[in-house]
Amino acid sequence: MIKIAWLLPLLPLLGFVVISFVTKRLKLLSALVAIGTMAASLIISLGIAYEVLRDGVTMESPVEYAVNWLSVPGLTIEAGILIDPLAAVMLIVVCTVALLVDIYSLGYMEGDPGYSRYFSYLSLFGASMLGLVVANNYFQMFFFWELVGLSSYLLIGYYFGRHSAVQANKKAFIANRVADFGFLLGFFYLFLMFGTFNFGELAQAMPAHANSAMLTIAAILVFIGPVGKSAQFPLHVWLPDAMEGPTPVSALIHAATMVAAGVYLVSRQFVLFANAEIALLVVAYVGGFTALFAATIAIVNSDIKRILAFSTLSQLGYMMMALGVGSVTAGMFHLTTHAFFKALLFLGAGSAIHAVHSNSIWKMGGLYKKMPITTWTFVIGTLALAGIFPFAGFWSKDEILLVTRDAGFTGLYILATFVAFLTAFYMFRLIFIAFFGESRSEHEPHESPLSMTVPLLILAVFSIGAGFIGAPFLEKAFWALVYYGKPHHPVPDLLVMAVSTGIALSGILLAWLIYHKKYISAEKIKERFLVVYTILENKYYIDEIYQWFFDKVVLVISSAFNWSDRNLVDGAAHGISDSIRAGGAKLRYIQTGSMQNYALVIFAATILLVIWMAIPVLGGI
Amino acid sequence: MTSIGLQHYLILAAILFSIGFYGSVAKKNGVAVLMGIELMLNAVNINLIAFNRFLNPDVSVGMIFAIFVIVVAAAEVAVGLAIIIKIYRERLTTSVNDIDWLKW
Repeated sequence: MIKIAWLLPLLPLLGFVVISFVTKRLKLLSALVAIGTMAASLIISLGIAYEVLRDGVTMESPVEYAVNWLSVPGLTIEAGILIDPLAAVMLIVVCTVALLVDIYSLGYMEGDPGYSRYFSYLSLFGASMLGLVVANNYFQMFFFWELVGLSSYLLIGYYFGRHSAVQANKKAFIANRVADFGFLLGFFYLFLMFGTFNFGELAQAMPAHANSAMLTIAAILVFIGPVGKSAQFPLHVWLPDAMEGPTPVSALIHAATMVAAGVYLVSRQFVLFANAEIALLVVAYVGGFTALFAATIAIVNSDIKRILAFSTLSQLGYMMMALGVGSVTAGMFHLTTHAFFKALLFLGAGSAIHAVHSNSIWKMGGLYKKMPITTWTFVIGTLALAGIFPFAGFWSKDEILLVTRDAGFTGLYILATFVAFLTAFYMFRLIFIAFFGESRSEHEPHESPLSMTVPLLILAVFSIGAGFIGAPFLEKAFWALVYYGKPHHPVPDLLVMAVSTGIALSGILLAWLIYHKKYISAEKIKERFLVVYTILENKYYIDEIYQWFFDKVVLVISSAFNWSDRNLVDGAAHGISDSIRAGGAKLRYIQTGSMQNYALVIFAATILLVIWMAIPVLGGI
Repeated sequence: MTSIGLQHYLILAAILFSIGFYGSVAKKNGVAVLMGIELMLNAVNINLIAFNRFLNPDVSVGMIFAIFVIVVAAAEVAVGLAIIIKIYRERLTTSVNDIDWLKW
């Protein structure tokens, strides 16, 4: 199956073309094309994973093959496939979530006028994401990196009639452009240094330049890409707004797969960061800060999708932090489990929104009676996210906490543990308000159709089970496959486990006391800390700061450039042409058209010529 | 009694040339302009013959040159008169002041 890995991006791309040009009018057929191609990709990915395990493909000995895509003197760009355990894991995550989301969308998008367009975009996204995962060089990766950005843009603006959606997709695209520019500069710089885009060749060349200033700069520039794509502070602003897209899209792109591309990029070429300690520290602290920053905002938000979006930010921060403290294993493990339970949460939220026609958790309430499958799968996803034993998040989050502590980052460890508390608190706040208590909905909620609940159930199974692939008591598990350097078997640390579980449980307890039993009044706390509450409610005013920055700084600078362009540059160009034209207008009057005039001039000139030629003959002046 | 020398011929030719030049640049009538040009050409012919006679009487290259000039002048007059007649038919004028269509 590894031999046909190049089919992975091509199949969904074919689906995209077929849907766009052939089956556009036949809605159900379009959906089936999208599902069929994605299912085929999933089968290939599973085959690849099987062969990786069977043939003992390791991180050091990946399977790679490539063709020359562009070859001019001094520049060779390959189009290739690189399969190692890291890529295999990512392929399965992407294909599984994408397929389940495709199926879920069958029911969710029912009756939508843009049904075929929606599935064509989903296929395009699948193609670009899979192409990104199997890329064997930076250039190809950047190519697909931009394509996932494009499909994300198209899907956020799927309801293009809605002003807010259009604003959101522009915001996402611009924030990503800023980041992609950093990424582009980064790998161009690497190309200047080492003369290749290929991951393997770069990995060989880098250790010789360990911790040099060049490598540090390159690593930080490359990291700007993931900061945008994985929505790390300060380029996180686009992700919460991206929730304007259809909910399954939020689940697939803005929670499970595309935003994880940044984490994947850092892991893919981890040798770059491992050889630039300062860059690695930047990764760790940006990740840690984002984890805390986003979790605090999620506490006060009331839009179910935005709470989940901030939670995604926070969890991506966790992954980055894990990478930053040097553990690809922990970061990728959390990416895998997170993809499943966050997709589950988003799809569950979509199911709830579908039923009550509102995003606000205050308009839901009491859904557990009417929508048991949605509610209980959502609770499973939440337990997984909160890191309760034995759900998936418990294993991966504990591993992150463990590696952070073991790497000597005590500050980050305490911060991450505190974020675990916040996570449990805000997620159960959501649960108690939206799914339990009294119904506050204006609509009569009803359970969603099978096409929606079946993916929920499958994802719920993954959310329970996915953690065991990396459980520390197994002899040969996730860490033996996906790692950097040499595999590191984590020793189960009961203290870390006990602390994180205890703190998560106390978060749940607090949420239960405040929002379910109402022993503690949320209103009173709000009044007591009104300033803090207002700041959190407004997301630390980051959007406003950016708005101010663009209005007052960027616009002023650009209007100065505008002025200088119009007046100085254009002025010089126009000045030259205007003066020539004016000179011509004056000079044309010497062309009288009268032959006698011309004859006179010719004669006079001849006389002068003769005199001039006669001067030497006559002995000079 | 002084004999007539080269300089007399040259002075005559210069006078003739000046008259011809004046006629060709100052006259309004196109036909008069052509006549002025004829005068200038003939002034040149006098020069050619005179130089031939006084400086190098053994060869006749100056005379041959003069004959060429006469031939060319005849052709030029034919073409020039044809142009003037054509313009007259178009515009009912032979005044060169009115023939200024070559300007901007």
